[in-house]
Amino acid sequence: MNQQMNSPEHIEYVTRIGDNALILGQRMSEWCGHAPVLEEDMALANMSLDLIGQARMLLAHAGKLEGKGRDEDQLAFLRTELNYRNLTLCELPNQDFARTMVRNFLFASFQVLLWERLLTSSDSELAAIAAKSLKEARYHAQHAGDWVIRLGDGTVESHARAQAALDYLWPYTAEFFVTTPADDAVAAAAIGPAWSELEAAWEALVLPVLVEATLTVPARTPFKSFGKFGRHSEHLGHLLSEMQYLQRTYPGAQW
Amino acid sequence: MERKEWPLWEVFVRSRNGLDHKHCGSVHAPDAKLALQVARDVYTRRQEGVSIWVVQADHIVASDPDAKPELFDPAEDKIYRHPTFYQLPDEVNHM
Repeated sequence: MNQQMNSPEHIEYVTRIGDNALILGQRMSEWCGHAPVLEEDMALANMSLDLIGQARMLLAHAGKLEGKGRDEDQLAFLRTELNYRNLTLCELPNQDFARTMVRNFLFASFQVLLWERLLTSSDSELAAIAAKSLKEARYHAQHAGDWVIRLGDGTVESHARAQAALDYLWPYTAEFFVTTPADDAVAAAAIGPAWSELEAAWEALVLPVLVEATLTVPARTPFKSFGKFGRHSEHLGHLLSEMQYLQRTYPGAQW
Repeated sequence: MERKEWPLWEVFVRSRNGLDHKHCGSVHAPDAKLALQVARDVYTRRQEGVSIWVVQADHIVASDPDAKPELFDPAEDKIYRHPTFYQLPDEVNHM
């Protein structure tokens, strides 16, 4: 592997994709034992594990690129909040089933587009991870998209909850497409797309489903979140304190 | 209080090497599309299958358990109905 492949931008880019998967996987796993029906309980747990599996591969890869001997567990359990690079959207509380499904739909649709582009990454390891993860992301987008339509175009109650979820989450999707210096470097090295390139394709995927769900898409506002720059909402710290508890309390513990 | 339960669907899965779909359980779902989706999540998460059928449980017509003696017992002593008295050629598979 040449020097350019191990640039800090490259490491950050892979870490960011891994952090998205890890944090949303952890967040979604909170549904385990609490979902509205047993069948969805298993679906949510399955999808959480899909995401955590993606995170393991990506963080293990990021650790290797970094070359400081940190493995996936150290990256997941021993980094602090400011070193996490996930989108703020991934760390927001589940609230209810509607918000969970709307979030999954918005995020999985983005992931589908990202994985499709990463199939041809100049980083062959990342391309291999993309090939595996794309199938998972497509299912997540299909599953959640189906629910968004059912809830949005359902009862008065389910529509109200789906609309409230969309109103709450939509401003956080602007962050997906914010340009970062790492993106430019990574795009130049053909490692992966700058995420700003995906905006039009994402809207083309997402908007028809929201229309079918009879939901009103909020107008864009100047609000921006900055999770991928390490500036998170108040929710990430709480999530990490639970997720990292065991390694923090019993350093080096294994099972 | 009225309880609106989702209908029950019976799930049949064909395994990777299997020729037939085998009954493996049931799921609750509001319609056929979601029944397939949840059947996938509940019954094929450990690579159990490559194809799924779901059928609404109401649509299955079952024999009456009380009619077992007259339906099935008479076959007990009809050994000549088994094709065990023939040599099957090797080319005949799946018998």
